[in-house]
Parts: sequence; C-alpha cells; structure tokens
Amino acid sequence: MTLRQPNSFVGRPVERIEDLRFLRGKGFYISDLSRPNQLHAVIFRSPEAHGRIKRIGIERARALKGVHAVIIASDLGPTPPHIPLRLQPLPELVPFHQPMLAFEKVRYVGEPVAVVVADTAAIAEDALELIELDIETLPAITGRASAEAAQSVLFEGHGSNEALVWTAVRGNADAAFAKADLIIKDTFRVQRHAAMFMEPRGFVAEWQADTQRMQVWGAAKVAWANRRILATALQIDEHAIDMFELDVGGGFGSRGEFYPEDYLIPAAARIVGRPVKWIEDRREHLMCANHARDIECNVEMALSKDGLILGLRGMSYSDNGAYLRTNGSVGPRNISQFMSGPYKIENIHLQTTMLTTNKTPSGTFRGPGRFETDFVRERLIDLAASQLGMDRAVIRRKNLVRDEDMPYPLATITPYESVTDLDSGDYPAVFDLCMTEFGWAEKSALAGKLIDGRYHGIAIGSFIEGGAAGPKEDARLVLELDGTLTVYLGSSAVGQGLQTIMTQITADAMEMPFDQIRVLHGSTSHVKDGFGSYHSRSTVMGGSAILLAAEKLKDKICEAGAAALGCAKEQVLIDGQTVRHGDRSVSFAGLSPEPIDVEASFFNKKYTYAYGTQAAHVSVDPGTGHVRVHEYLSVEDVGRMINPLTLHGQAIGAIVQGLGGTFLEHLIYDENGQLQTGSLADYLLPTASDFPKIRAITLELKPSPNNPLGAKGAGEGGIIPVGGIITNAVANALSSLGVEPMELPLSPSRVWKLIDDARKRIV
Amino acid sequence: MKLSPVRYAAPTSVEEAVALLATCDAKIISGGQSLMPIMAFRLASPELLVDLKKIKGLGDIVLDSEGLHLGAKVKWIEIETDVRLKTAHPLLTKAIEHVAHYQIRNRGTVGGSLAHADPASEMPAIAACCDAVISVVGSGGLRKINAADFFVGALQTRLEPDEIIVKILLPPWPATRRWGFQEFSRRRGDFALAGIAAYFDVEPDGRATNAHIAVFGASDYQRRLTGAEAELNGKKPTADTFAAAARAAAAEVDPPSDIHAPADYRRALVETLTGRALADANR
Amino acid sequence: MKIELDVNGKHMSAEVEERTTLADCLRYEFGLTGTHLGCEHGVCGACTVIVNGAAVRSCLILAVQADGDSVTTVEGLSNDDALTPLQASFRKHHALQCGFCTPGMVTTAHALLTHEPNADEDRVRDVLSGNICRCTGYISIVEAVLDARSAYGRDGQ
Repeated sequence: MTLRQPNSFVGRPVERIEDLRFLRGKGFYISDLSRPNQLHAVIFRSPEAHGRIKRIGIERARALKGVHAVIIASDLGPTPPHIPLRLQPLPELVPFHQPMLAFEKVRYVGEPVAVVVADTAAIAEDALELIELDIETLPAITGRASAEAAQSVLFEGHGSNEALVWTAVRGNADAAFAKADLIIKDTFRVQRHAAMFMEPRGFVAEWQADTQRMQVWGAAKVAWANRRILATALQIDEHAIDMFELDVGGGFGSRGEFYPEDYLIPAAARIVGRPVKWIEDRREHLMCANHARDIECNVEMALSKDGLILGLRGMSYSDNGAYLRTNGSVGPRNISQFMSGPYKIENIHLQTTMLTTNKTPSGTFRGPGRFETDFVRERLIDLAASQLGMDRAVIRRKNLVRDEDMPYPLATITPYESVTDLDSGDYPAVFDLCMTEFGWAEKSALAGKLIDGRYHGIAIGSFIEGGAAGPKEDARLVLELDGTLTVYLGSSAVGQGLQTIMTQITADAMEMPFDQIRVLHGSTSHVKDGFGSYHSRSTVMGGSAILLAAEKLKDKICEAGAAALGCAKEQVLIDGQTVRHGDRSVSFAGLSPEPIDVEASFFNKKYTYAYGTQAAHVSVDPGTGHVRVHEYLSVEDVGRMINPLTLHGQAIGAIVQGLGGTFLEHLIYDENGQLQTGSLADYLLPTASDFPKIRAITLELKPSPNNPLGAKGAGEGGIIPVGGIITNAVANALSSLGVEPMELPLSPSRVWKLIDDARKRIV
Repeated sequence: MKLSPVRYAAPTSVEEAVALLATCDAKIISGGQSLMPIMAFRLASPELLVDLKKIKGLGDIVLDSEGLHLGAKVKWIEIETDVRLKTAHPLLTKAIEHVAHYQIRNRGTVGGSLAHADPASEMPAIAACCDAVISVVGSGGLRKINAADFFVGALQTRLEPDEIIVKILLPPWPATRRWGFQEFSRRRGDFALAGIAAYFDVEPDGRATNAHIAVFGASDYQRRLTGAEAELNGKKPTADTFAAAARAAAAEVDPPSDIHAPADYRRALVETLTGRALADANR
Repeated sequence: MKIELDVNGKHMSAEVEERTTLADCLRYEFGLTGTHLGCEHGVCGACTVIVNGAAVRSCLILAVQADGDSVTTVEGLSNDDALTPLQASFRKHHALQCGFCTPGMVTTAHALLTHEPNADEDRVRDVLSGNICRCTGYISIVEAVLDARSAYGRDGQ
C-alpha cells in the first residue's frame, strides 16, 4: 500500500464544510425542529434563593385554556431523581446532587420547581404567572463569609456549607518556604462569570408508548454519558433512548452538563404522551446554565533571591453555588493542581475548598480553574519580580520547565487521585518568539509612561493547556456500496468545525477525495459508545480513533479487492477509489455486496499539553478607569495542526472571551441571593468594537508523543492566561501610583477606585 | 420570553390615537425599541398597543426661524444622515452617534426616547441642554412643555397617560457656538454611566456666556447643571475655568448607584467628562 | 390578526396573535428558521433582518407592525448554486464557528455595504457592535466584511 498524496488535507487551511449551510441560514439547531402534534414546555423557577417549600399551588395554572399539564416534584416519584457527578464521582459528594425538580427546599433563584406543558410557549408562560409558591424564607448564603458563618446551611443532613477540600501536593512546601529568601503572599479574587454561548439550550422529546422508546433531540457534547444518566432517571434501559445531536451553537464547557431540563423534557413527554419542545430563553440561561470561576485564593509563593520559584502554598475557596452537577468539581480541583502551570515549581501544597452557596450551580467554562489559577500565579510572579528588582520576562523564562525535564509531573491531587505529566515542549523557545514578535524590548520603554493622558503598561506570561481526556473515543467507518465513505464518530460538534477536521483526517488516512466522505457524529445511534467533546479532546481522541479504524478498513478493502481480482491481499494496492493488482483494477463502488463496516477505539490515559506565551500592551485613562488593549499577542505550540484556519480562529476567539472575563463579564448577586445581571444588557459580553488588536501565532514545534496524530488538544486554551497578563499590564501602567489590582473584573469603576485610593495615599 | 397577550391598533390620526389611549391600559408604540424589551420580560403588559405607524406628519425634520423641529417619529438614522444637521445642530448629531446600535438606530425614534425618559439616554440630554420645547397632544388638545419641566425622574415625565408626543423644537443654533459632548459607557452603544452635553457662546471680549451644561446617566433625569454653568459664564474659557466648572458639576449631581457604577465613581466621571466636553468645545 | 407582507420577494400572509414578534412569525409561520433568537430582548443581534431596506432586530418588532412591509431574511440573501461574495468572504476568513450569530452578521453586513460600500474598519466595527458573536472574537468577521466591499461597488473596484 502506498499513500497517493500523503497529508494532502491535514495541515492545510481547508475552508469549512459547515459554513455552506450556516451562511445560508440552513443550519439546523434545536429550536428549528418541530415534531407533529408537539406541545411546549416552560419551567417555573424559584424566585427565592433559599427556603423551605410550604405549598405549590398549580390549580389556576392547570385550569388555563391551552395548558395540558403542570408537573411538580411529587409527580416524579416519592423523591425526584437527582443529577449524579460524571467527573470525579466521589461518594462524599452525593449529598450535593441536584434533584430534577426542587424537593422540600429551594436553593437558588432559577431552580426548577414545576414544568408547565401547553399548546404554545406563550400560553405556558401565561400559566407561570398563575402558579403560587409559598416559601419559608431562609437566610441566603451568598459568598465565603456567609457560607462559613453558616447562619443557614443548604444541606442540613451534611451540616455545613463546606462540601469537600481538594489537596494538591508535590515535594515539601513547608521546607521550601522555611528556606525561602522572599515570600509573596496575597488574596486574589476572580468573579463569577459564564460561558454564555449564543444558542440557548433546548430539547424536543418524544415517547413511543407502544415500543417504550424515548427519542431526544438536542443532545450536545456528551450524548452517551447523558443517555446513561437519563436512562437511570427515567428508569428505562439506556438502549431504549436515542439521543440526536443537531447543529449546536457553542459549547465552551457549559454545554457539557446534565441539566434538570435534560430529564424534565423527556419526562414531560412521557407524562403527556405527546412530543414536548422546550427552548431556553436568555433570562433562564443567565440564571440556570452553569456559572463558573467564582473563587478566592489566599496563596503564597516562595522564591530564592535570584528569582527561582521554590514553592506554592495556600488555600482557595470556590463558591460552587447550590449543587454539584456532573462536572462541578473540575474547576476547583484544577485551581490547585494546575497553579504551577508551565513553571518548574518543585514544592506545592495547595488546597481548594468547595463551598455550597445559594447561587446558580457552577461548572466547567473554557479553561476551567486554569483561567483563575493563572491569574493568581502570574500576579504573584510580577509582584515577586518587583520585590526582587528583576525583569519580569527574565524571571519567567528562568523558571520554565525544560524539555529535558519532560515528562514533568505536576502536583498530585486528592481525593479522586490524579497524576499528570507535562508531555513535551520547548517552553523557552516559544517564550523567546513571543518576546520578539511582540517587540518586548522596544515596548518596555512605554512601561508606566503617561502619554496623552493615558498610562501605558505591558506584561508577558506563559501557560499550559491540557487536552485529550481519556479514556477512549470510538469511530466507525463504513465503505458504502457506491464507494463513498461514512464516518460515524463519538465526538460531538459544538461549532468548532468537527465535520471539516474529521473529513480532513479521514481523507488523508483513506487517501480518498474530500467529497466522497461524510462525517456523522454526536448521536447515540452512530457508534456503540462515545465520550464526546470536552477537555480539548475531539481532534486528538476522535481523530486518532479514525486513524485506527482507517487501518482496519483498508485491510478489509484489500481483502475484498484481492478476492475480486483473484490474488493475495498483500499483492494489491489501493488509492482511495480503486483496488489494483498489476494492470487490473476494481472500483471501491461495488467492491463488496455489503457495505464494509469497521469500528475502532482509541484508548489514551495521558493528557496532552499545548503551551504558549502571551503578551499585552494596555493603556489606562485615569479619569474614567477605562483600559484600552493596544495589542494582545499569543504564541502557542500545539504539536500538530489539522486546520490552521480553524485553529487560528479559535485562538483569537479564546483570547477575546478571556478579555470579556477580565474586563466585562460578571454575574452579580445581591445579599438576598437575587441575580442582578439577568439580561444581556447587564451581563456584558465583548462586542466588535471592544478589542480590535489581537494576534495569534500557532506553531508545530513539539508533537505530542501520546497519540498517532502528534496533536495536542488546542483551541480552548488561549483564554487561560488572559486575566493574569492583562492585570499585570494594568499594574505596570499604574506602577508610578503603586496600584496592584488583586481582583477581577477590571471594570472601569474598580480601576478608577484603585487609582483614586492610590492618589489619596500619596497625598 | 414571549409577550403577554395584547391588543393592537394602528390609527390614522393623532386624535384617534388619543381616543384609544383613553379606553384602557394602553401604550403608544412606534419604533418599539425601548418598549419591546420591557414587554419581553413582562415588566410591562399593557392591554392595548397603539401604533403610530399610519399617522402621517409626525416624521418630519424641519429647519426654520424657530429652530429645528423634529417630529416624534423621526428615527436616529434620519438625524445621522441629514447633512443639514451637521451644521444646523452639530451637538445633536454628535449625541445621536452614541445612541445604541445600528439596528436600533434604524428604528428607534425621538418621541419614543423622550417618552421613555431613560436617565442615561442622549435625546433627553439634548432636550434639557438646549432648552427644547416638547409638543404633546392629549384629550385636552395641544400643549407645549419646556424640557426643564418635562423630565421629573427616572422613566418619569409630565406626559399624561392619554397624551402623545408629536414634536420637539430645538432653538436656533448660531454657527459660532462652542459645544462638546462626552459620554462614558461600558461598551459602544451601552447606556451611559455618565454623560455631559455642553455649549456656550463667546462675547466679543472673549468671555463665555449663555453656558448650557446638561448631565445624563449620573442623575435621576436629564437636567442642566446651573452651578457649573455659573462657573463658566462671564469667564475666559481657559483650562482653569473649565476645571472649576467641572468641580462644580461633580458637586451638584446626586448620582445613583447600580451594578455598573457606584455613585462616587459616577460623580468622578461627571467631573472628568465636563472638563473634557468643555475642552472639546474650546477647540 | 391577519397580516400580509413581502418576504424575500414573495407575498406571504399569516394569521398571528398580536403578541407575536416578527422573528417568531418568520420562524414558525413562514418556516424561515435562518433568523435566530439569541436573547429576545434586543441585544444580541442574531435575529437581524432587513425591513424596507434597513437592518432591524426582528425580536423588537411585532409581526402586526410589519404588516405591508418588505422583509429580507438571510435566506433571501442566498441562492442555492453558490455562496454570494459576502458569504464566500465569511467562509474564506473563517468568520464563523458555531454559526448561530451568523445570519444576523450576514444580514447586518449586507445592509451596511449596500448603503455604505466604502465603510472603513471603524465603521464596520461600530455597526457590528450590535451583533454578539461568542466564538470568533470578531477579528475575522471584520476582515470578511471589509474584503467583501468590492462586491458592493466600493470606489475604484
């Protein structure tokens, strides 16, 4: 066998297949689906943050014309089913699982209390106004102080608002701190914000009573895992459920959840015996989809006088909201495990306490825990450099992990023990390239300068981006009777261009033309099992599974071709469309009386680590506190690029999301646990005029040794260091005033206040 | 987020519209760019919407010896693209550049903005700054209300429930007038955290006179800052004068606090923006 | 209430509740699901359509208010044979990822370039600031729109 055109697609900026339908308004998202005879559901949600349910009055709502059902917790069994943890499913976290409908208590504003099913969504919303909910109000726990004071506890059986403590250990932190020349210690805070993808969630569910089968449209990211959870909750066999993935308008972590509605809509369809559609509205999304990043970190860094980082030690407090849903521990866990980032820090003792509060449950958001922990670490390094009188680039470069140290083990985290190694990379080379491209030396002259009324500042920092979570991914390849190829994949699409990427990988692996390949993904009917898209895993895991399946398929094609040509399997050559032996050939079309069907799984326990360095130039208007980003540059090594066009786009998009989290985005609660940012006029996302100067450079320096593609999970990670780097740049700009921000977001009022306080100190 | 049930009427005359307003809990809709979001959240659920769409004569922009007449249905885009206004009322055109976003500017109207009276809106600020006169028609007929009397609080005006704004008149604008407009918002097109519209004329001896400085965003409603104006009138327009006026402006506002900006920050913005608006005026 | 309007060059009518927005009418009465709803309160811009030549948010207009109007949706800017120059420019510049904001971006950009084929980068950014994209960070969208100007008769091209 020979490769006709080796790597003719992988590595090229292939324009996306998906775009042809998206650009013409022919995408097909869940709200575009209607089933015959369908009804519409809306959710009645708790208006209070914390309280005991005394009575739910549904009679008036039920009596409204056009209403078919009003479902409350008692309709779901003696106790409603609960949402289990998918990742880190520790038994000690069971008490914090969320019931599908509020049961006995409500614990956050927006918690589902009842489901109304009606002829139209508008009528169902009319009925919401007729539901009467009597609640005995309890004190709202809205942050670390009130959680620890425990004037009330969310889970009386557990007895405190502290759910679990994660501990990350490497070396001997106390010993390192004992011999340190310098210890930098402070309290850092990152605000609650969220992924806020643009397409609201939604489902259409249909129950076939005669065959006892459930069909669910609207699956996303983790269809197979959610099917198992749904099957348990509905008490039916998982194979009696078909989950269908349509086009999905953005994921960024928070789409990969099992939310109460994932169960409530199928359950409602079974109860009313008709298809039921539910489309989340933006107000619901703001108070119901996972929040993220709400953390306080009391952390110290130990250094030698020549700038070697000797250790990290401290305690962080994650405000996790009211319940721990399927991925609720990932962020808090990562804060402790990944605080050392790309730096060789041998002695670590970091803990994160997960607190339950009367706020929306939190979960993963692009770079979960990593955005937060990089903010802390990069701030500590700048504060240390200032104390030591060292250049901020020099101190960083000096502490980077070297290639010869790899695989380099990070701190081990417990409980649910996890050990991981940095896999490969030339961290200093990327650092140097970023400095050169950014013009670090020339721009250093701007540091702290007041030019036309604005203070200018720069900063630089490095990061790692974990990817390729195991345990496996599945791919099924079918050579159809007409000679075309269908790829069925366990990975799922959330807008990242999966169809195009996987077609590229398949085209090269099978040496087939692009247009002969069809990729189907994300639906449970396609492959026996699947894990989906999270932790930057689709390309590495799904792509590697395709490579393995392609080898199997080519072997079978050779076998079939040899039989047709009357020769031995070893004697044939294939070129993607024909099998040849000498001057005789047979086409893939009609090669076999049945489609040739193979399935393969790629197993992997080792994460990949893409890595990079970013730099920023900002200026601050002291009169308004406004920060302008003059330039933002990211340089990242991803091992191997499948499609530079899409990867570049994701790198830029990640940075702008990070800038949103740094400057704009904030989910604000009042002391009663009421969400104050219930619209997109109050929850501020970046717009086209906010951050015009962003550059991203992607490299293929060090392929990952852990998979046949050599690829590292990528596209997610540009967001990770943004908060830390921008804050360091702002501090650098305001160095003449001694301003040191320790808390995000850098809203203009916060920056102005820091300046105002500093000026008062100086006077 | 579906609207509550509502009835709809599109009368062909102001009189007919006024009569409809008196029949029930009714609201005027024209561009709908402020009303529709409120209805989407069911914060307002009127029984009847009275659309001005079919009423002729409310959409004119007229320049005459009285000044600039803007009909209630004049859209932001029409102000933006009317080349006459760049000289006839540069302060207005500058302010309107800051109104919301492209799609909203294609549909939002002058009358709607005045009636809604969001404390952070630009059009009421121009009305207050320029001593505009607002013409309204109700069951009692036509009345003219000075902008200084029209706005009385956040989302509150002197408009009666059965009255419709038909026109606003901005007095004539001398070509030599000096003016500045400064607004600070979180993002392009967002409501202002604070804003200042300002102008003054200059006497032959170089002293400032007829100073008009109006605040928005940092006050319950759009109003002139007479203390700041007093610092400017009769003085040479120098950096020191402007700084004194800016301090006076900050001293005489009583800004609200909300999730986007605390009161002390808004007060500081008023000082910064007043200083910058006056400096712009002097260029 | 019965309404009649011109949608993408075709005369259409529907019996709608007064409370129905133009967006819901287009999507569910006329089956034009290319118009997306991302917020339903006039902030995200995904529902942008062109009414009587002007880009507007269809979630902030009642269907009954559009009675007699001429409406163009993203479907009306497309043809089945090939991408339009604007759409091809979006594809070339990778100006979309999940595709959900894309119809609003395309309709807004089309309206802008139809009226202002010489729009510069600042103007493009200003106009697009009313459309939220969570995926791209906007750089590629702005490039795509600027690159498409020649197809709208930009001076000298």
